[in-house]
Amino acid sequence: MRSSHRTILRDGVAIGLAVGTIGISFGVLGRAAGLSPAMACAMSALVFAGGSQFLAIAVVTAGGGVPAAVLGGLLLNARHVPFGIALVPMLRGRLALRALSSQLVIDESTAFALAQPTPELGRRAFYTVGITLFLFWQAGTAVGALAGGALDPSAAGIDAAFPAGLLALLVPQLRTRQARVAALAGAAIALAATPLLPAGGPILVAALGAFVGLAVGRR
Amino acid sequence: MTWAGVLVLAAGTYAMKAAGPLALGARRLPARAHELTTLLAVTLLGALIALSTFASGRHLALDARAAGLGAAAVAIALRAPFVVVVAVAAAVAALLRAVA
Repeated sequence: MRSSHRTILRDGVAIGLAVGTIGISFGVLGRAAGLSPAMACAMSALVFAGGSQFLAIAVVTAGGGVPAAVLGGLLLNARHVPFGIALVPMLRGRLALRALSSQLVIDESTAFALAQPTPELGRRAFYTVGITLFLFWQAGTAVGALAGGALDPSAAGIDAAFPAGLLALLVPQLRTRQARVAALAGAAIALAATPLLPAGGPILVAALGAFVGLAVGRR
Repeated sequence: MTWAGVLVLAAGTYAMKAAGPLALGARRLPARAHELTTLLAVTLLGALIALSTFASGRHLALDARAAGLGAAAVAIALRAPFVVVVAVAAAVAALLRAVA
């Protein structure tokens, strides 16, 4: 799809601004859930998987307890195993570099990297987007946790920006019938499972969609 | 939330992120296995798009986010740049909420 490094950086900053805004609301909600500013910032730096962070503080706020919060977050994050494996051809290098790079494996860096036509461009996209989003996420969390304030990302439609961005990155990866069937099946299974399973469950069973793709979509 | 909770979630998440790059990083994955994990990644991205558009906790909802995604799909079909796709989705969702 897009090939120039500049385009990747521009796109990364665009989604980074959205991530920064969501980071602010994570900081604010984290404080409301009883996290100290240091704890909220540490969570964003060390976990760096926004969905699981929101899920964890939501469970704690609802009185679900810390073990349930951690378990829900881990279930939601299990998708990073196949993401990391799919990125292996782009993340070659010394052990220390691979260890650091692993922290940057998130939905957006994976989607940007896999959308590129070659592993070399994928590698660039991975680091550009991963580092940009890491910085915006930390800055947003710190601002929200320290300054607080009334910022509502949904009023600005920020919550709609994420599925839109992921869709734009997914489309170039749907060249084969197998990929199209798998992505649609994953979406359908996740939605069907939403009312039935606790948080973190739907994304886990959605993985079965890959086998639907394999079975239906030869070619 | 406690510090122990934060650290366990962080360690577990890191282990899952790093499983591929650390365990396989120096080796070549068999072509078939690589194909399967790439397909798995595509599947999970499809699921994430659906969940972040239509899920609201444990309920399904058809709201401004769906309109935003629809507008994004049109922008993608018209070959709009990434930034435009994202901006159009946010603007449509914000506009609908402002009107509603």
